[in-house]
Amino acid sequence: MSYPENFKYTKEHEWVKVEGDSGIIGITDHAQEELGDIVFVDLPKSGAKVRKGETFGSVESVKAVSDIYSPVSGEVTAVNELLSTSPEKLNEDPHGAAWLIKVKLSDSGELNGLLSAADYQSYIGAE
Amino acid sequence: MTAAADLKRTPLFEVHSASNAKMVDFGGWNMPVQYSSILEEHHAVRTAVGIFDVSHMGEIEIEGPEANQLVNYVSTNNASKLKPGQAHYSALLYEHGGFVDDILVHKISETHFFLCVNASNQEKDFEHIRSHNHFDAGLVFASERYAQLAIQGPKSRETLQKLTATPLNEIKYYWFTDGAVAGVPARIAHTGYTGEDGFEIYIAPDSAQQIWSKVLQAGEEFGIKPCGLGARNTLRLEAKMALYGHELTASINPFEADLAWIVKMDKGDFVGRSALEKALQQGVTRRLAGFQMIGRGIARDGYEVWIDSKPAGWVTSGGPSPTLNKNIGLCYLPVEKAVPDVVIQIPIRNSPVEAMTVLTPFYKRPKS
Repeated sequence: MSYPENFKYTKEHEWVKVEGDSGIIGITDHAQEELGDIVFVDLPKSGAKVRKGETFGSVESVKAVSDIYSPVSGEVTAVNELLSTSPEKLNEDPHGAAWLIKVKLSDSGELNGLLSAADYQSYIGAE
Repeated sequence: MTAAADLKRTPLFEVHSASNAKMVDFGGWNMPVQYSSILEEHHAVRTAVGIFDVSHMGEIEIEGPEANQLVNYVSTNNASKLKPGQAHYSALLYEHGGFVDDILVHKISETHFFLCVNASNQEKDFEHIRSHNHFDAGLVFASERYAQLAIQGPKSRETLQKLTATPLNEIKYYWFTDGAVAGVPARIAHTGYTGEDGFEIYIAPDSAQQIWSKVLQAGEEFGIKPCGLGARNTLRLEAKMALYGHELTASINPFEADLAWIVKMDKGDFVGRSALEKALQQGVTRRLAGFQMIGRGIARDGYEVWIDSKPAGWVTSGGPSPTLNKNIGLCYLPVEKAVPDVVIQIPIRNSPVEAMTVLTPFYKRPKS
């Protein structure tokens, strides 16, 4: 699976796609691959605040639970309801239909510290 | 964490690596946790057949005129009841009644027993038995002599039968026989750790790769899958089979672990017996119980269990049940609460999620 050029990535294996003053957040294909069969996704509600580098939810595979860290700070404006009934979509389409949350960015300057697609791919290649 | 290069390997390590299995450190062993998907592997065993490399398991041989006495003295079940070719589940206990390990005892002859023990406990078990060996019996640490493969699932018999002249339908459940698989000497046991019908075979390490690929070929028409420790865990949890380090520890006794059926108090003295007698007199205060999540969330090993907003116990194993499509687990609870239909709460990331105790096993295979 390819890593979209217009996403920014974290070393904790999340991505953010910026649209205007909003960011859509998900986990990377590498993350879902490492986790294996995903069976449960725990996400905040709309209106919740997330902070860059802090955990806002979790993804559980058959085997284990993993925290998800926010790549940016802001207020949650939408939550992907698909994942509450079909968590396995995260294994199938982690960069598309299985996005996690949408946030209104509070500081677009935070995006500068994130990895490009190329940097992220070389990071996971070396990991 | 041990560096991967220092981890112990089974004779099938190269095969696992070549098949891109995901490998993990399991008690000092570099073992496959999954090949394709834990869910797919789990379903393959429930509906067809799967093969597991369990060569990390330890083997201890006890031989001599008083082999039976030694086995009976260090284990809880009554080895005198076994007939040659029969096996049973048993436990090694400390003097204080806690578990050293849970084991399978195979009686080869009146003077020869073969124990299958947990991988990470094998050296400890051997020392434990040796320290209590004041009998006319020899003790051999035999783990290096054996690789072990588990072929499990409703199609396991048909799969394995293609490779052996031994009539498998004549081996009763928890019996075994020495025969050959794919032309190689093998101890074929009708045992397993999945809650499904199946066999565990003990073979020479240098024949493991050959037999592994022969079994995969034989099971191809049924959709056989190589299965890792991930599926082994979800399968055994559904069947409520205990796992050392989780349900069983040095501070848990067999009555607490709901394993009274492997303790034969009337067979004579054995290590841990007086502590168990005392425990029975004083009354067992906690017991293992199964539960099912009601609220959204998955309870995991080590999570606390609350009843009426007060700590009441802990989760020993928890996770999704692929067969039942529910989130299940095992936990220790005060004995009066370790019965079905008790509402419990499990704090998951700081918020209590409701669950309910249920009858176990969670899954029982349909009688064929």
